[in-house]
Amino acid sequence: MQLIPCPWCGPREEAEFHYGGQAHVAYPEDPAALTDEQWAQYVFFRENPSGPFAERWSHHAGCRRWFNAVRDTRTHDLLAVYRVGEPMPEVTA
Amino acid sequence: MTVSPLAAWRDRLAALAPVLDVAEVPFRSQLTVRVSDPDALAAAGSALGVPFPSAACTFTSGTGPFGDAEVLWLGPDEFLVTASPGLQVTIEEVLRGALGTAGGSVVDTSAQRTTVVLQGPLVRQVLAHGCSVDLHPSSAPVGTCVQTLLARTGIVLQVTGEDRCTILVRSSFAEYFAAWLADACTEYLAVA
Ligand SMILES: [Zn+2]
Repeated sequence: MQLIPCPWCGPREEAEFHYGGQAHVAYPEDPAALTDEQWAQYVFFRENPSGPFAERWSHHAGCRRWFNAVRDTRTHDLLAVYRVGEPMPEVTA
Repeated sequence: MTVSPLAAWRDRLAALAPVLDVAEVPFRSQLTVRVSDPDALAAAGSALGVPFPSAACTFTSGTGPFGDAEVLWLGPDEFLVTASPGLQVTIEEVLRGALGTAGGSVVDTSAQRTTVVLQGPLVRQVLAHGCSVDLHPSSAPVGTCVQTLLARTGIVLQVTGEDRCTILVRSSFAEYFAAWLADACTEYLAVA
């Protein structure tokens, strides 16, 4: 089974983790001011790149912390992991 | 009379003795502490007589006003304090006092998990049947404390000696864990 390196616990089996979708999607500053279309964009629309993709993961069976990872969607390689609040690191795919 | 989660398994666990000495240590006092302020962490440590662990995936132990106690790292701002049965209310009050105004929480979670102590030269090998964390002494030395999955159920695993581990398992999963353990020991029992 693939190992995912938790930024706190180190490499653990993928079964210990939950996927949380695209990272760095900011909550709207003033949600009430959004049109239905803008709200739909925020809630439902996500990038779908072929290559490196910044995502949220949760180590739910371990330290239960959310963190970010850059995953290559073509190979399922995890190119980098970083803690919430840290900037996305440079990666080479 | 209060019945511990593994009371019905006492004889079957004892029968694993040629391979592993297995004993439930029920009703331990357990408190989940959430705090990140370094001063509050130090204050909680001195109130307990056991410093809180500073490294991830480790635990600390010592003796203080509540006798032998341990502090397990569960997350970057989350710890589990364990001590002898019946002390949870007192420890909860003392730790709340130690946190002061720093912000944090102390919750009695004693009923959440039961404690099982496994001892014997094969302990790491038997646990490896269902646990993906590397339990070789070079990567899991004495003092290691990990939350992980054992045969798909969540456990807290403490390495308390070269040949000794302590497992904390949810009370409702304790019998499943015991059944899995008995099964994992079977192949060693046959030749013991
Ligand atoms: Zn983790």
